Amino acid sequence: MSLSAKPLALHLGLIAVLFAAQFMLPSYHATNVSRIMVLSVFAMGYNIAFGYTGLLSLGHALFFAAGMYGMGLPIWTLGWAPVPALIAGLVAGGALAGLVGLLALRTAGVSFMIVTLMFAQAGYLTLLYLNTHTGGDEGFVVDSAARMIAGFDLSTDTPRYMAALILFAIAMLICLWLVRSPFGRVMVAMRENEERSRMLGYNPFRVKLTALVISGLYAGMAGAAYGMLFGYVGATFATIQYSILPMLYVLLGGAGTVIGPFLGALLMFYLIDIASGYTTAYLFVVGAALVVLVLFAPKGILGTIRERGLKWLP
Amino acid sequence: MTKEVFGLSPSRRAVLKGAGAGLLAAGFVAPVWAQSAPIKLGFQLHRTGIGAAYGRWYERTAQAALKVINDGGGINGRPVEILFEDDGTDPKRGAEVVEKLVSQAGCDLVFGPLFSHVVIGTAPRAAELKVPYLVCSEGYHVASGMLNRWTMQPGITDVRAQVSSMAPWVLANLGKKVTMVFPDYAFGHDHRDFFTAAVEAGGGQVIAQVAIPPTETSFTRYMPQIPADTEVLYHVMVGPAVLTFVKELGEFYGSGARPEIFGFIDSLEAVDTASPGLEFLEGTHFWEGHNRVKQADASDHETAYRAAVGVDDNGASISDAKDVSTYAHMFSVWETLHVIKAGMEASGYQSTADRQKFVEAVEAMTDMPASLAHVQGDKRFNGKTHQVFGHQFISKVEGGKLIRAHTTSLEDGMYPDAVDYTTQSF
Repeated sequence: MSLSAKPLALHLGLIAVLFAAQFMLPSYHATNVSRIMVLSVFAMGYNIAFGYTGLLSLGHALFFAAGMYGMGLPIWTLGWAPVPALIAGLVAGGALAGLVGLLALRTAGVSFMIVTLMFAQAGYLTLLYLNTHTGGDEGFVVDSAARMIAGFDLSTDTPRYMAALILFAIAMLICLWLVRSPFGRVMVAMRENEERSRMLGYNPFRVKLTALVISGLYAGMAGAAYGMLFGYVGATFATIQYSILPMLYVLLGGAGTVIGPFLGALLMFYLIDIASGYTTAYLFVVGAALVVLVLFAPKGILGTIRERGLKWLP
Repeated sequence: MTKEVFGLSPSRRAVLKGAGAGLLAAGFVAPVWAQSAPIKLGFQLHRTGIGAAYGRWYERTAQAALKVINDGGGINGRPVEILFEDDGTDPKRGAEVVEKLVSQAGCDLVFGPLFSHVVIGTAPRAAELKVPYLVCSEGYHVASGMLNRWTMQPGITDVRAQVSSMAPWVLANLGKKVTMVFPDYAFGHDHRDFFTAAVEAGGGQVIAQVAIPPTETSFTRYMPQIPADTEVLYHVMVGPAVLTFVKELGEFYGSGARPEIFGFIDSLEAVDTASPGLEFLEGTHFWEGHNRVKQADASDHETAYRAAVGVDDNGASISDAKDVSTYAHMFSVWETLHVIKAGMEASGYQSTADRQKFVEAVEAMTDMPASLAHVQGDKRFNGKTHQVFGHQFISKVEGGKLIRAHTTSLEDGMYPDAVDYTTQSF
């Protein structure tokens, strides 16, 4: 097997395993995995900005919520069909990321974190202030009639799982292609040494803005899909918690690895699910796990594996 | 010595007889429970997050109601158990928790959440799972038609009915020019819209609406927005800044003239009305869903309920006088559990295959007389809107204690149906 075939086989293998999993898992875990696949798309988007381009954002909840509301509001207020609504969510996430990027990318490092955090907080408060139009803190239910695509009812288990899997597979394969493309190499160059990249003739602002827009498209699509598949649009998805979560997924799974976001989301989801059965301080358990991770495997699980053996892991 | 003191030192023969009888009794009773698997009820609990103060008391109330029901023979002769699962007062986690309780733990139904956003975020999943979802939320979202046939609110009156029913008394007794102070999000907007409409219908006037942004931690700068000719100040705040708000209101008016003040007890749930800084509340009025302080005319049911949930005559925990209960809301858990019992018995509920029959049985309910099952008072359930209507209480702070001044009638809170869930398919 050639070097380039190995990554392809690994990623296609994961898709095959996830396809088979729906037939083997009990329904509770199957639904969990559909949630995890959608959240992984969100984390993959975060990984494109943070893991590959080095943009440590604390505002990705804004792009996730933009996708969710970009999908939900046209259905709720204008009676749009699901497919155009999903596209609206995708575009909303990318457009907002572009807008925020135009301003926030004038800063870097800690300032970038703070500026993105402020934008996300402003977005959250806007959702609350425009209560009459957005449903405010309560949010709203996505009508089940608007959750039918090509005869498939996305409020039922199998179509929902398959929709999540298709989205996950497309997102992952695009990500795999992207990070191995010339532009992907330039993203990594920006992360590693922005000044040297500039000397080589690349425009850092343009590269980072493009990466952030792609990241926003991923987050927007994930938000739109989450609202569509699980039937609820609400302002809590715009809170800081949802900016932190994709970062944790990426850190745990391995920043700068294509499968890392999925692995991180999977482990974190079940860490919370299991720990909450034993203690109300389950977020403390999550925090402790992350401290251990940062101390002993700062590159995350797959980052460490890549460092210690599987050099070909993208 | 022992015999002289207690007069009942048993002989060896008596002990053996007693033990034998006990064993026989245990042997007789145990198989009855053993033959029937317990009915498993899932409780979606706000154990952590913004709803934690409520969640703590909701759990205690559920445990107390469970004991009463099991002591009385369970449901349909089967023992009942409750599985509590923390939702972090978060809608995303709320939906996951319902999934866990139903699909993994095999619960027959789920009940108990209070916060509106959690209810709205969870209800679609409950409908997909086709599991009865009984909420204790107060929100108008059930009766408005936003949710679905599997979601019901049989244990507590909704905000629309609460505020509408009290407006006539406020106008007749406190004044006709009203200024409203409320949080600037959906819960506050329900108050703003429905109370304003009720005031205008009653010949009064809302002269100012002061909306407080949800992230605000100090309220001093909003106080000057209250017009000087205000006759009644209506306030309703929730969340951790409540105490600050009420204290700052007191500082604003000081010992000078102030309008009549009417508040929702939500502002002070789980807070002692005799706390330092709250002295100015003396003589003001509050809505209460259930009187925190034991009233002189308390019924036997009320007394038994108070003892069962471990609350003293002032509304605090029996074991810790500083641990003030969420008394105005938590009765909804007790009553909802008794509605579950009544619904399961009326429908002959045996297994999860009977969930639909259970919903239909609850929809068929109408009058709920005051009893140990309905300790807050008699109620009327509207099967079409899935919403119950109960009495509301207006209390006055006298000597630092909330003393009931008025009880609304059931009819005071009723409004035209906005939905007929019984026409929706399962």
